[in-house]
Amino acid sequence: MIDVKNLTKWYGSVPAVDDISFHVEKGQIVGFLGPNGAGKSTTLKVLTCFHPPTSGTATVAGHDVLDESLQVRRKIGYMPEAVPFYPEMRVGEFLKFRASLRDLRGKQRKIAIEHVAKRCWLSEPENMMRRPIGQLSRGYKQRVGLAEVMLHNPEVLVLDEPTIGLDPAQIRAMRDLIRGLGDDHTVILSSHILAEVEQTCSRLIIIAAGKIAAEGTADELRRRVLGPSRLIVELKGADDGEFISSIKAISNVRSVEATAAGNWTRLTVQADTNADPRSEVFALASQKGWQMRELRREIGSLEDFFVQITYEQNVLAGERAVASA
Amino acid sequence: MRKTLILARKELAGYFISPVAYVIGALFLLVSGVWFFHKIFIPGNEASLRPLFEAMAYMMVFAVPLITMRLLSEELRSGTVETLMTAPITDTEVIMGKFIGVMGFYAVLLAGTIVFLALMYAYGQPDSGVAVMGYLGMVLLGSSFVSVGLFTSALTKHQLVAAMISVTILAIFAIGMQEMVAYAPSPWNELASHVNAMTYFKDFARGMFDTRGLVFFLSTTGLFLFLSVKTLESRRWR
Ligand SMILES: Nc1ncnc2c1ncn2[C@@H]1O[C@H](COP(=O)(O)OP(=O)(O)OP(=O)(O)O)[C@@H](O)[C@H]1O
Ligand SMILES: [Mg+2]
Repeated sequence: MIDVKNLTKWYGSVPAVDDISFHVEKGQIVGFLGPNGAGKSTTLKVLTCFHPPTSGTATVAGHDVLDESLQVRRKIGYMPEAVPFYPEMRVGEFLKFRASLRDLRGKQRKIAIEHVAKRCWLSEPENMMRRPIGQLSRGYKQRVGLAEVMLHNPEVLVLDEPTIGLDPAQIRAMRDLIRGLGDDHTVILSSHILAEVEQTCSRLIIIAAGKIAAEGTADELRRRVLGPSRLIVELKGADDGEFISSIKAISNVRSVEATAAGNWTRLTVQADTNADPRSEVFALASQKGWQMRELRREIGSLEDFFVQITYEQNVLAGERAVASA
Repeated sequence: MRKTLILARKELAGYFISPVAYVIGALFLLVSGVWFFHKIFIPGNEASLRPLFEAMAYMMVFAVPLITMRLLSEELRSGTVETLMTAPITDTEVIMGKFIGVMGFYAVLLAGTIVFLALMYAYGQPDSGVAVMGYLGMVLLGSSFVSVGLFTSALTKHQLVAAMISVTILAIFAIGMQEMVAYAPSPWNELASHVNAMTYFKDFARGMFDTRGLVFFLSTTGLFLFLSVKTLESRRWR
């Protein structure tokens, strides 16, 4: 549905996106994740035909963003990150105006507006449609922005930080809404918040310093972070040496370290990649009559991975700054 | 064409909820009213609308830039240009829609001055030819002024800068050229007379149909609308 090849975008002499390629299938919900200034918004602006690429190509639903810009724009619903509005326009007026620009008219337009108003929680309170947009709170503006994007039921939705400024209940509602779109729509959204993207999206693309740092499903990415699996066990009832030698005898276990934790012994067990020897450890402890107060498998979090990438990017950016100074 | 009209309607409606537009409209009618009662509507005076039309034309040098300054500058400043230009609408449709929208508001302003015309008819026998040609001249002059204002509004996101540039351009063609015709040595005065907006307009205000004036106003309108489209297009490349 979306095909990006070797896309590069410079703003004057500032590189924003540097030779990225990716592909999004129909019906996928893809999350663009990355620190500030990574190039997320820039990529989305190229996809929506607002900025032309400096080099490389991008096609949406088979149409090139440069050569067939109008067709692309017809198929896309785009919500920019700041969600800009005409403040003096009323909500209903604005939706009507945008629907007309999307070739909806008459009864069809009325139905479309009612439909999106309901879906984006705008039908309450009663007078919502008559309020000037400039007077709405941040979250309500966001809802109007989303309603606008869905008016023409576009095949592709491009949402730049759709949940920013929403309250927790709305964030959850927005997440459900986006997930519900996924069947017959293709969605690409950006965010800084990993937990959120992880729950909404079928695939993540982590972008840092204008390059794709990693991509895949949340599980695939997590496996990359995981490496060898690690158990934390706290035991009592024998000395350190016996604990270590007995546990080491379990297959898949590579190494065991012991530290004191009060009158308990805290053991860190390294096992093979993706191995999970928790049940063997438990069986061993009960057979030997040891007391156990903790048995836990440590999973490296995606958050760690994300922070690590962000950190690397900052180091790179720092080096660049030093080099150019 | 449909989208042009949709946009034009939105722009026109925007003027009716804009305090700036009301202030400009009120000032324009006030000043033309003062002029009318002071210079024209005097017992024993010849019933001619000519001085009123000329005064209105000079006022437009300042009024039009104030009306047009927000057209694109405001979209550029607030970022709505992003939602507008990612909708399926061409740059030409955007410019034409805005142009027609302002011309609508301009027509409303002019319609306000018909009161003066009615008063003249009630108390005297003004020359109907002057009235018709005068309004035609105002519309032609207006369209070329508006296209200049639209163009400068596409240049910058600062409304006031846009207004100042267009006042300058309009003043050069409406006032500066007249001075050149009067004082510059030849061949400069000769050249200036070809681009002097006010001589053309004054023919209309006298009740004459000036073909060269028609060509001048229409071609400047076309030129500046074209430049506006190109400026908007080039924004994508930055
Ligand atoms: N209009 C512009 N002119 C010049 N440079 C720009 C422009 N827009 C963005 N940039 C630069 O391009 C780079 C990428 O910006 P972009 O907005 O794509 O980042 P982002 O990933 O969306 O960040 P954020 O999470 O803060 O929204 C940044 O270095 C930014 O300073
Ligand atoms: Mg961004």
